[in-house]
Amino acid sequence: MRLLADVILLIGAAFTLLGALGLVRMPDVYNRIQAGTKAVTLGALSLLLGIGLLYPQWWSKLLVIALMILVTNPLGSSTIARALLMAGVQPWKKVESNSTGENNP
Amino acid sequence: MTTEPVTREETYLAHGIFLFLLVFLLWIMLAGSLEPGEIVTGLMVALVVTLASRPHLSVFSGLRLSPSAIGPFLAYLGVFFVELVRSNIDMARRVLSPSLPLRPAVVEVKTRLSSSLGRLILANSITLTPGTLTVDVRGEIILVHWVDCPPDSDIESATRAITSKFERHLKGFVR
Repeated sequence: MRLLADVILLIGAAFTLLGALGLVRMPDVYNRIQAGTKAVTLGALSLLLGIGLLYPQWWSKLLVIALMILVTNPLGSSTIARALLMAGVQPWKKVESNSTGENNP
Repeated sequence: MTTEPVTREETYLAHGIFLFLLVFLLWIMLAGSLEPGEIVTGLMVALVVTLASRPHLSVFSGLRLSPSAIGPFLAYLGVFFVELVRSNIDMARRVLSPSLPLRPAVVEVKTRLSSSLGRLILANSITLTPGTLTVDVRGEIILVHWVDCPPDSDIESATRAITSKFERHLKGFVR
Protein backbone atom coordinates (compact mmCIF):
# COMPACT_ATOMS: atom_id res chain seq x y z
CA MET A 1 0.00 0.00 0.00
CA ARG A 2 2.79 2.37 0.94
CA LEU A 3 4.54 1.77 -2.38
CA LEU A 4 1.33 2.25 -4.39
CA ALA A 5 0.63 5.52 -2.55
CA ASP A 6 4.15 6.75 -3.25
CA VAL A 7 3.85 5.92 -6.95
CA ILE A 8 0.53 7.77 -7.21
CA LEU A 9 1.94 10.78 -5.32
CA LEU A 10 4.90 10.77 -7.72
CA ILE A 11 2.57 10.67 -10.75
CA GLY A 12 0.61 13.59 -9.31
CA ALA A 13 3.79 15.58 -8.77
CA ALA A 14 4.99 14.73 -12.28
CA PHE A 15 1.75 15.97 -13.90
CA THR A 16 1.89 19.17 -11.87
CA LEU A 17 5.48 19.66 -13.04
CA LEU A 18 4.38 19.08 -16.66
CA GLY A 19 1.68 21.70 -16.14
CA ALA A 20 4.29 24.19 -14.96
CA LEU A 21 6.48 23.31 -17.94
CA GLY A 22 3.48 23.85 -20.21
CA LEU A 23 2.99 27.32 -18.76
CA VAL A 24 6.54 28.18 -19.79
CA ARG A 25 6.59 26.52 -23.20
CA MET A 26 3.16 27.32 -24.67
CA PRO A 27 3.04 30.20 -27.15
CA ASP A 28 -0.04 32.10 -26.00
CA VAL A 29 -2.30 32.59 -23.04
CA TYR A 30 -5.09 30.23 -24.20
CA ASN A 31 -2.71 27.32 -24.64
CA ARG A 32 -1.15 28.13 -21.28
CA ILE A 33 -4.55 27.95 -19.62
CA GLN A 34 -5.14 24.58 -21.31
CA ALA A 35 -1.86 23.12 -20.10
CA GLY A 36 -2.32 24.57 -16.64
CA THR A 37 -5.90 23.45 -16.08
CA LYS A 38 -5.67 19.86 -17.28
CA ALA A 39 -2.34 18.92 -15.76
CA VAL A 40 -2.99 20.59 -12.41
CA THR A 41 -6.48 19.05 -12.11
CA LEU A 42 -5.25 15.50 -12.63
CA GLY A 43 -2.10 16.23 -10.62
CA ALA A 44 -4.13 17.44 -7.65
CA LEU A 45 -6.51 14.49 -7.93
CA SER A 46 -3.69 11.95 -7.87
CA LEU A 47 -2.03 13.76 -4.95
CA LEU A 48 -5.34 13.52 -3.07
CA LEU A 49 -5.66 9.83 -4.01
CA GLY A 50 -2.14 9.18 -2.78
CA ILE A 51 -2.85 10.93 0.53
CA GLY A 52 -6.08 8.95 0.79
CA LEU A 53 -4.11 5.69 0.50
CA LEU A 54 -1.64 6.83 3.17
CA TYR A 55 -4.31 8.12 5.57
CA PRO A 56 -7.52 6.14 4.88
CA GLN A 57 -9.36 7.88 7.75
CA TRP A 58 -9.35 11.15 5.75
CA TRP A 59 -11.05 9.78 2.63
CA SER A 60 -14.33 11.68 3.03
CA LYS A 61 -12.66 15.07 3.39
CA LEU A 62 -10.32 14.33 0.50
CA LEU A 63 -13.32 13.37 -1.67
CA VAL A 64 -14.96 16.72 -0.91
CA ILE A 65 -11.74 18.54 -1.84
CA ALA A 66 -11.52 16.53 -5.08
CA LEU A 67 -15.12 17.40 -6.00
CA MET A 68 -14.47 21.08 -5.31
CA ILE A 69 -11.38 21.02 -7.53
CA LEU A 70 -13.27 19.21 -10.31
CA VAL A 71 -16.05 21.79 -10.32
CA THR A 72 -14.13 25.03 -9.75
CA ASN A 73 -10.90 24.45 -11.70
CA PRO A 74 -12.37 24.24 -15.23
CA LEU A 75 -14.88 26.94 -14.36
CA GLY A 76 -12.13 29.37 -13.34
CA SER A 77 -10.15 28.63 -16.49
CA SER A 78 -13.17 29.19 -18.71
CA THR A 79 -13.89 32.47 -16.97
CA ILE A 80 -10.33 33.72 -17.50
CA ALA A 81 -10.43 32.62 -21.15
CA ARG A 82 -13.80 34.33 -21.64
CA ALA A 83 -12.50 37.58 -20.16
CA LEU A 84 -9.45 37.41 -22.46
CA LEU A 85 -11.61 36.83 -25.55
CA MET A 86 -13.85 39.74 -24.59
CA ALA A 87 -10.78 41.92 -24.08
CA GLY A 88 -9.83 41.10 -27.68
CA VAL A 89 -6.84 38.80 -27.20
CA GLN A 90 -6.52 36.80 -30.42
CA PRO A 91 -5.46 33.14 -30.34
CA TRP A 92 -1.94 32.46 -31.52
CA LYS A 93 -1.51 31.24 -35.11
CA LYS A 94 1.45 29.26 -36.28
CA VAL A 95 3.54 31.23 -38.79
CA GLU A 96 4.63 28.89 -41.56
CA SER A 97 7.46 31.00 -42.96
CA ASN A 98 10.17 32.10 -40.59
CA SER A 99 10.22 35.63 -42.04
CA THR A 100 8.82 37.44 -39.01
CA GLY A 101 10.87 35.39 -36.61
CA GLU A 102 8.66 36.53 -33.78
CA ASN A 103 6.13 33.76 -33.37
CA ASN A 104 8.36 30.92 -34.48
CA PRO A 105 10.96 29.98 -31.91
CA MET B 1 -39.20 22.73 -19.87
CA THR B 2 -42.79 23.64 -20.71
CA THR B 3 -43.66 20.05 -21.57
CA GLU B 4 -42.84 18.93 -18.04
CA PRO B 5 -45.82 17.02 -16.60
CA VAL B 6 -45.09 17.75 -12.91
CA THR B 7 -46.04 21.17 -11.60
CA ARG B 8 -43.53 23.78 -10.62
CA GLU B 9 -44.15 23.34 -6.89
CA GLU B 10 -43.54 19.59 -7.02
CA THR B 11 -40.33 20.13 -8.94
CA TYR B 12 -39.22 22.62 -6.32
CA LEU B 13 -39.98 20.19 -3.50
CA ALA B 14 -38.03 17.36 -5.12
CA HIS B 15 -35.04 19.57 -5.83
CA GLY B 16 -35.25 21.08 -2.36
CA ILE B 17 -35.00 17.60 -0.86
CA PHE B 18 -32.12 16.84 -3.21
CA LEU B 19 -30.22 19.95 -2.10
CA PHE B 20 -30.98 19.17 1.54
CA LEU B 21 -29.53 15.66 1.25
CA LEU B 22 -26.54 17.00 -0.69
CA VAL B 23 -25.69 19.61 1.96
CA PHE B 24 -26.22 17.09 4.75
CA LEU B 25 -23.94 14.56 3.02
CA LEU B 26 -21.31 17.28 2.56
CA TRP B 27 -21.52 18.14 6.26
CA ILE B 28 -21.13 14.52 7.36
CA MET B 29 -18.19 14.02 4.98
CA LEU B 30 -16.41 17.12 6.26
CA ALA B 31 -17.15 16.21 9.88
CA GLY B 32 -15.80 12.71 9.23
CA SER B 33 -17.80 11.16 12.05
CA LEU B 34 -21.33 9.84 12.68
CA GLU B 35 -21.80 11.07 16.25
CA PRO B 36 -25.39 12.11 17.14
CA GLY B 37 -24.25 15.69 17.74
CA GLU B 38 -22.79 15.97 14.25
CA ILE B 39 -25.90 14.47 12.66
CA VAL B 40 -28.28 16.85 14.45
CA THR B 41 -26.13 19.90 13.64
CA GLY B 42 -25.82 18.72 10.05
CA LEU B 43 -29.58 18.34 9.65
CA MET B 44 -30.15 21.83 11.03
CA VAL B 45 -27.50 23.42 8.82
CA ALA B 46 -28.83 21.58 5.75
CA LEU B 47 -32.35 22.79 6.50
CA VAL B 48 -31.25 26.42 6.91
CA VAL B 49 -29.15 26.30 3.72
CA THR B 50 -31.99 24.74 1.72
CA LEU B 51 -34.53 27.30 2.93
CA ALA B 52 -32.12 30.20 2.38
CA SER B 53 -31.35 29.12 -1.18
CA ARG B 54 -34.98 28.60 -2.21
CA PRO B 55 -34.96 31.46 -4.75
CA HIS B 56 -32.02 29.79 -6.54
CA LEU B 57 -33.38 26.24 -6.55
CA SER B 58 -34.26 26.62 -10.23
CA VAL B 59 -30.59 25.84 -10.97
CA PHE B 60 -31.39 22.23 -10.13
CA SER B 61 -34.48 22.15 -12.34
CA GLY B 62 -32.35 20.76 -15.16
CA LEU B 63 -31.66 17.67 -13.11
CA ARG B 64 -33.61 14.48 -13.75
CA LEU B 65 -34.32 12.94 -10.35
CA SER B 66 -35.28 9.36 -11.06
CA PRO B 67 -33.64 5.99 -10.44
CA SER B 68 -33.04 5.58 -14.18
CA ALA B 69 -30.69 8.58 -14.04
CA ILE B 70 -28.10 6.67 -11.99
CA GLY B 71 -26.90 4.49 -14.89
CA PRO B 72 -26.14 7.37 -17.27
CA PHE B 73 -24.52 9.28 -14.39
CA LEU B 74 -22.08 6.46 -13.65
CA ALA B 75 -21.40 5.99 -17.38
CA TYR B 76 -20.71 9.73 -17.61
CA LEU B 77 -18.25 9.56 -14.68
CA GLY B 78 -16.43 6.69 -16.37
CA VAL B 79 -16.14 8.51 -19.70
CA PHE B 80 -15.10 11.67 -17.87
CA PHE B 81 -12.16 10.12 -16.00
CA VAL B 82 -10.92 8.25 -19.06
CA GLU B 83 -11.00 11.52 -21.01
CA LEU B 84 -9.26 13.37 -18.16
CA VAL B 85 -6.34 10.95 -18.16
CA ARG B 86 -6.20 10.94 -21.98
CA SER B 87 -6.15 14.73 -22.09
CA ASN B 88 -3.24 14.84 -19.66
CA ILE B 89 -1.20 12.34 -21.65
CA ASP B 90 -2.00 14.30 -24.81
CA MET B 91 -0.97 17.58 -23.17
CA ALA B 92 2.23 16.02 -21.78
CA ARG B 93 3.13 14.82 -25.28
CA ARG B 94 2.64 18.30 -26.73
CA VAL B 95 4.55 20.06 -23.96
CA LEU B 96 7.51 17.68 -24.13
CA SER B 97 7.88 17.49 -27.92
CA PRO B 98 10.48 19.99 -29.13
CA SER B 99 8.42 21.24 -32.09
CA LEU B 100 5.28 22.11 -30.06
CA PRO B 101 2.64 20.49 -32.32
CA LEU B 102 -0.13 23.12 -32.06
CA ARG B 103 -2.79 24.23 -34.53
CA PRO B 104 -4.98 26.36 -32.26
CA ALA B 105 -8.34 27.76 -33.31
CA VAL B 106 -11.55 28.93 -31.69
CA VAL B 107 -14.50 26.91 -32.95
CA GLU B 108 -18.22 26.96 -32.23
CA VAL B 109 -19.93 23.87 -30.89
CA LYS B 110 -23.67 23.42 -30.70
CA THR B 111 -25.23 21.66 -27.73
CA ARG B 112 -28.59 19.94 -27.51
CA LEU B 113 -28.82 20.34 -23.73
CA SER B 114 -31.37 22.98 -22.79
CA SER B 115 -30.82 23.52 -19.06
CA SER B 116 -28.14 25.80 -17.66
CA LEU B 117 -26.93 23.07 -15.30
CA GLY B 118 -26.49 20.63 -18.20
CA ARG B 119 -24.56 23.23 -20.18
CA LEU B 120 -22.38 23.97 -17.16
CA ILE B 121 -21.46 20.30 -16.75
CA LEU B 122 -20.84 19.95 -20.49
CA ALA B 123 -18.68 23.11 -20.57
CA ASN B 124 -16.60 21.89 -17.63
CA SER B 125 -16.21 18.47 -19.25
CA ILE B 126 -15.04 20.04 -22.51
CA THR B 127 -12.38 21.99 -20.63
CA LEU B 128 -10.97 18.79 -19.18
CA THR B 129 -10.96 16.74 -22.41
CA PRO B 130 -8.01 16.41 -24.79
CA GLY B 131 -7.00 19.70 -26.32
CA THR B 132 -10.18 21.68 -25.77
CA LEU B 133 -11.01 24.64 -23.51
CA THR B 134 -14.43 26.18 -23.12
CA VAL B 135 -14.17 29.93 -23.68
CA ASP B 136 -17.78 31.08 -23.59
CA VAL B 137 -21.33 29.78 -23.55
CA ARG B 138 -23.82 31.81 -25.59
CA GLY B 139 -27.18 30.11 -25.52
CA GLU B 140 -26.82 26.79 -27.30
CA ILE B 141 -23.46 27.76 -28.81
CA ILE B 142 -20.33 26.85 -26.86
CA LEU B 143 -17.13 28.60 -27.92
CA VAL B 144 -14.22 26.18 -27.66
CA HIS B 145 -10.51 26.88 -27.96
CA TRP B 146 -9.04 23.86 -29.72
CA VAL B 147 -5.33 23.18 -29.50
CA ASP B 148 -5.21 20.88 -32.52
CA CYS B 149 -7.85 21.96 -35.02
CA PRO B 150 -7.41 19.73 -38.09
CA PRO B 151 -7.02 21.99 -41.14
CA ASP B 152 -9.13 21.59 -44.33
CA SER B 153 -11.43 19.09 -42.69
CA ASP B 154 -15.11 19.06 -41.94
CA ILE B 155 -15.31 21.34 -38.88
CA GLU B 156 -18.96 20.46 -38.30
CA SER B 157 -18.42 16.74 -37.77
CA ALA B 158 -15.11 17.26 -35.99
CA THR B 159 -16.71 19.51 -33.38
CA ARG B 160 -19.66 17.16 -33.07
CA ALA B 161 -17.20 14.53 -31.81
CA ILE B 162 -16.14 16.83 -28.93
CA THR B 163 -19.60 17.03 -27.42
CA SER B 164 -21.34 13.82 -28.51
CA LYS B 165 -19.51 11.42 -26.23
CA PHE B 166 -20.55 13.46 -23.18
CA GLU B 167 -23.98 14.49 -24.37
CA ARG B 168 -24.99 10.90 -24.94
CA HIS B 169 -24.65 10.14 -21.22
CA LEU B 170 -25.49 13.63 -19.93
CA LYS B 171 -28.92 13.50 -21.59
CA GLY B 172 -29.75 10.63 -19.24
CA PHE B 173 -29.61 12.75 -16.08
CA VAL B 174 -29.83 16.42 -17.09
CA ARG B 175 -31.96 18.26 -19.61
